[in-house]
Amino acid sequence: MLEYPFLEQLKRAFAIAKKNLRIYYKSGPVLIFGLITPCFFFLAFFIGRNLPIQQLFTGLIGMTIFFSSMSIGPAIVPFEARSRTLERLVSTPVSVWALLLGDVIASFLYGLLVTIIPVTIGLVSGVSIIHPLILCLGIFFAAFCFASFGILLSAYPPTDVPSTVMMTSTLVKFPLVFISGIFIPIWEMHDWQRILASFSPLTYFTDLVNYCTQGTSYYSVFVDFAALIGFTLLFLTVAIKIHEKTLPKRL
Amino acid sequence: MEHAIEVKDLTKNYGEITAVNHINFEVRKKEIFGFLGPNGAGKTTTIRILTGVIKPDGGTATIMGHNILKEPLKAKQIISVVPEMANAYINLTAWQNLMLIGELYGVPKKVRQERARHLLRDFKLFERRKHLARGFSKGMKQKLILCMALLTEPQVLFLDEPTSGLDVESARLIRDTIRQYNRDGTTIFLSTHNMEEANRLCDRIAIINHGEIAAIDNPESLRMKSSTLKSVEVSFNKSVSVNELPKNANVTEAKKIGDKIKLYTDEPHSVINSIIDYARSQDLKIISLNTLAPTLEDVFIKLVREYKGD
Ligand SMILES: Nc1ncnc2c1ncn2[C@@H]1O[C@H](COP(=O)(O)OP(=O)(O)O)[C@@H](O)[C@H]1O
Ligand SMILES: [Mg+2]
Repeated sequence: MLEYPFLEQLKRAFAIAKKNLRIYYKSGPVLIFGLITPCFFFLAFFIGRNLPIQQLFTGLIGMTIFFSSMSIGPAIVPFEARSRTLERLVSTPVSVWALLLGDVIASFLYGLLVTIIPVTIGLVSGVSIIHPLILCLGIFFAAFCFASFGILLSAYPPTDVPSTVMMTSTLVKFPLVFISGIFIPIWEMHDWQRILASFSPLTYFTDLVNYCTQGTSYYSVFVDFAALIGFTLLFLTVAIKIHEKTLPKRL
Repeated sequence: MEHAIEVKDLTKNYGEITAVNHINFEVRKKEIFGFLGPNGAGKTTTIRILTGVIKPDGGTATIMGHNILKEPLKAKQIISVVPEMANAYINLTAWQNLMLIGELYGVPKKVRQERARHLLRDFKLFERRKHLARGFSKGMKQKLILCMALLTEPQVLFLDEPTSGLDVESARLIRDTIRQYNRDGTTIFLSTHNMEEANRLCDRIAIINHGEIAAIDNPESLRMKSSTLKSVEVSFNKSVSVNELPKNANVTEAKKIGDKIKLYTDEPHSVINSIIDYARSQDLKIISLNTLAPTLEDVFIKLVREYKGD
């Protein structure tokens, strides 16, 4: 154990992820924000607009992965504080980064699992996927990126009321959807819209999906992946920094 | 490394409140160390610092030589804790709770399963191992949390008021378990506001009040220090003032509390005799007459007063 402290911590992060999935996958807020919200958004903004099926697919998969990967994460820490399991958890020999990584992994796996649904729908309804491998990698990195973002959203304020976090994170999530390239392809945007869109990680994922289904994208595939990874690192670093400060305040 | 726990000048403030005020103490290896104090004394805050859950504002603490701030993972690896208000995961089964803890401490799978089976049998929870902890009674939950702490076979075990609010039987089981593990070599740090519990369990006791340690000693010596705090409480059918009672050399202090008079003494027997004589001679009826053991409050007031040197 002491020879590989990093690997050992990673193993413990997976134990925490397993616990999170067992406990939270069927909880109310997770179902509402992970499954119902993306369906609602999709129906509200895409149906009846007579869009080509590729664009519908981009919208559906973008909504789903964005909301489902972020549904478990923000609730975990406040929920643990409220149900008085946090103190015991923090006293275990697990670093804060590994503890949070466990939460990210759970969110990420949940996001991956739920995203199988729109991919299946797309395949069944005849969306042709030109670059399946890139799409898989894109889903993988995007789910991890959004899951990290979810953990950042729970870092502040140090509340023990899960619904407070759900509300504040919704306030951040929705604008990020609206400014992203999910409703309008980036190449059809005004310059100011495009600049705004570049601040939303969702933009880069939808750009990747466009590349995989239509063969065209605004950014290069390399830029899209780099942006997703860059956002992930940023979210994780900031989340760990803030959580380290706020965790003791939740007890 | 002589001591299991060394605490130097430890301090923690919450805004205006100083929860822990520059405390110093050592816990010897393999002893049961009691941390005795009333509500709000700073017991939980101290335990949270020692278990690496919160950071102190000043001072240092080491567990088996590992500084809790500089080597938190090494210190945490060899300790376990039953926190005051903690819960097991109510949406996991007893078994899943135990396996989770095992994984978080890196206990190999075979070993953690073996230990979990033993512990669950010892605590009569084995039949319920596949049930969600949600349905457990308070006593069962506390036993499960203790099992979770013991599964890692810690060198130092922290327990924060582990028996408070429990039924008599669960409380006894927990005390017996503490003794047994201590005999097998585990150092125990036990906080309690129950003086009797501390007396019966601990090798040494630190008395803490308002974030300061008033005394550290073995239970017998502490009892000696507080023996003058025994008291006799009496009430008569007529109001009697303290000054009307005959002087008794054994009474160290007398005060009137409501319709009762409280006489502090280390010789209750002689005081009671003199009260009865007085009542006969004055033709008074004794409504109530009690000898009272020193209350924790009494001991504190005395010890804290001595500690402050006034
Ligand atoms: N998280 C906190 N925020 C503010 N004050 C606190 C906090 N925790 C403890 N305190 C205060 O610190 C003092 C010591 O509390 P505590 O350590 O819980 O005492 P004990 O465990 O002996 O009952 C109390 O006055 C309490 O109100
Ligand atoms: Mg307490």
